Amino acid sequence: MADIAARGPTATVGDSRSSLHKLMQRKSTIAFLMALPLILLVLILVAYPAGYAVYLATLNKGMTRFVGFGNFEFLFGRETFWMVVYQSCLFAITAVIFKAIIGFVVAHFVHNIPSKGQRKWRGMLLVPWVIPPAMSTLAWLWLFDPSYSAINWILAHLGIAAVPWTGEADWARFSVILVNVWIGSPFFMIMYLAALKSVPDQLYEAASIDGATWWQRIWYVTLPMMRNIIAITALFSLIVTFANFDIVRVLTAGGPLNSTHIFGTWAFRVGIESGDIPLGASVSLFMVPILAVAATFILRDITKRGSEV
Amino acid sequence: MADAAITAGTVARPNYGSMSRDRRWALRWSYFFLVLFAIFFLMPPIYMLITSLKTSQEISAAGNPWWIYDPTLENYIELLTQNHYLTFFRNSAIVSVCVVALTMLISVIAAFALARMKFWGSATLATGVFLTYLIPETLLFIPLFKMFAWVNETLGIQLMNHWWTLIILYPTLTVPFCTWIMIGYFASIPKELDEAALIDGATWTQTLTKIFIPVALPGIIAATIFAFTVSWAQFLYPLAFTTSATELVLPVGIITTLIKGDVFNWGQIMTGALLGAAPPLVIYAFLMDYYIAGLTAGATKG
Repeated sequence: MADIAARGPTATVGDSRSSLHKLMQRKSTIAFLMALPLILLVLILVAYPAGYAVYLATLNKGMTRFVGFGNFEFLFGRETFWMVVYQSCLFAITAVIFKAIIGFVVAHFVHNIPSKGQRKWRGMLLVPWVIPPAMSTLAWLWLFDPSYSAINWILAHLGIAAVPWTGEADWARFSVILVNVWIGSPFFMIMYLAALKSVPDQLYEAASIDGATWWQRIWYVTLPMMRNIIAITALFSLIVTFANFDIVRVLTAGGPLNSTHIFGTWAFRVGIESGDIPLGASVSLFMVPILAVAATFILRDITKRGSEV
Repeated sequence: MADAAITAGTVARPNYGSMSRDRRWALRWSYFFLVLFAIFFLMPPIYMLITSLKTSQEISAAGNPWWIYDPTLENYIELLTQNHYLTFFRNSAIVSVCVVALTMLISVIAAFALARMKFWGSATLATGVFLTYLIPETLLFIPLFKMFAWVNETLGIQLMNHWWTLIILYPTLTVPFCTWIMIGYFASIPKELDEAALIDGATWTQTLTKIFIPVALPGIIAATIFAFTVSWAQFLYPLAFTTSATELVLPVGIITTLIKGDVFNWGQIMTGALLGAAPPLVIYAFLMDYYIAGLTAGATKG
């Protein structure tokens, strides 16, 4: 558009400059008005609450008095808090790594088979991502039921003792990660499959001619070509997983003994259920550093690609 | 298509050289592992279906949980005639449809302005919109909770415990991403197209409705599907902001009303969850390509 506007004056000559100026002004005003609902929505319901959370975190429980870093000091002194920090990191990092690996492996298998069958397989394998997480976690809760677990029934037939899926701290940690991996790896699969399709076949042919093994082909051709998409998918997923709520809430509700609480669920427990809003806000603010780091990397990648285009 | 031809060629070719033999083994292993992964990925939904067709006696019996001895539709009938299930479904449907309409209205118009009608700060705004998408709802629900209390005190509007409050809240989850992918789609439309329209005397509104929306229709469908699935699946906001049975939406409704204390009525819970998962699954089954386009657009566009 800019070049039309720039060419305008030379074509029409002279005194139309002021009216052109007015037109320009009008165009940008219209544009601003068109974006206004978006701006208001973001300001009122996202930016303001985000800033307000910081303010809330500095108040006492009754929200009557300013206590500075009092809530944070209180949190640092609590064992549960450090458990939540540990569990959040364990949950997010382990889940993202396994999602990435499973997604990569499955994408490869789908890519390997003749392309007329790919659609069907892809469609089937994406189902866990399509079902609302709260609903599918309910199915897992039932599969993990302490007395009627259908998975334990299979294990019993294989001669393996019953597993306390959600009953013991370490198994519960494993279970929430398992469910998260189940829900999230199809997303990675789709992203990696799209990336695999964009790797030119000639590269693989050249590698085969040079005598590369399948492992070398993956290591020296596929991975370098997919580096960008792997990084950005993992960062996206890290943000989403770190801020997860549904899975932990439905599957264990943080139990047993708070061992599976992550920041989101613990903030809900403290802030809404126990009614200590400032403390809940403080808990949720601990998500910000890791989100900020991930967001910075994503943004850098996007602006870089933007400038390449 | 190209690799299909290559694959077919390799398979059909008579057995000489190790490459085609390797290829065939790779294919067999691929199918083998794909079947294993498909079992893992489809086990929970299938088990939902199995449980939903059982009587409560059979569920608590010691038999094979993976087999239905006495299939019945009892759970479906009970769920759809009693309980508040239909209310939840209606609430979910109204909220989702309104949110989708609102989202598309806001984001298509804003994306058009940001992609084509540059104004002061529009580039910053586009980046800001993307950043907003990265702010999770787990960070916002507590301040929002407090803000709603404040609105009630000063303006006298009770926002808590009403399903329509969700119509105001959900766009914060859908609009940023939809705007972002619409900017991507609009930016990929050649400038010559709207310049031609402008020369022919089209107004901005006409350019948007007659050119941009038709041309970017696949993107709009993808964004619509995204907005629908997000608002249908949202769990935290309704859990935090609605409590009475008449105001609940599906995921929360199933969990709070069908689980009474320690009593889990699994037959009904699985039926409810399966029916609740049905709308996104149906949309996905019919519009898979658009669904996947929306999924991959976030990271590959822009």
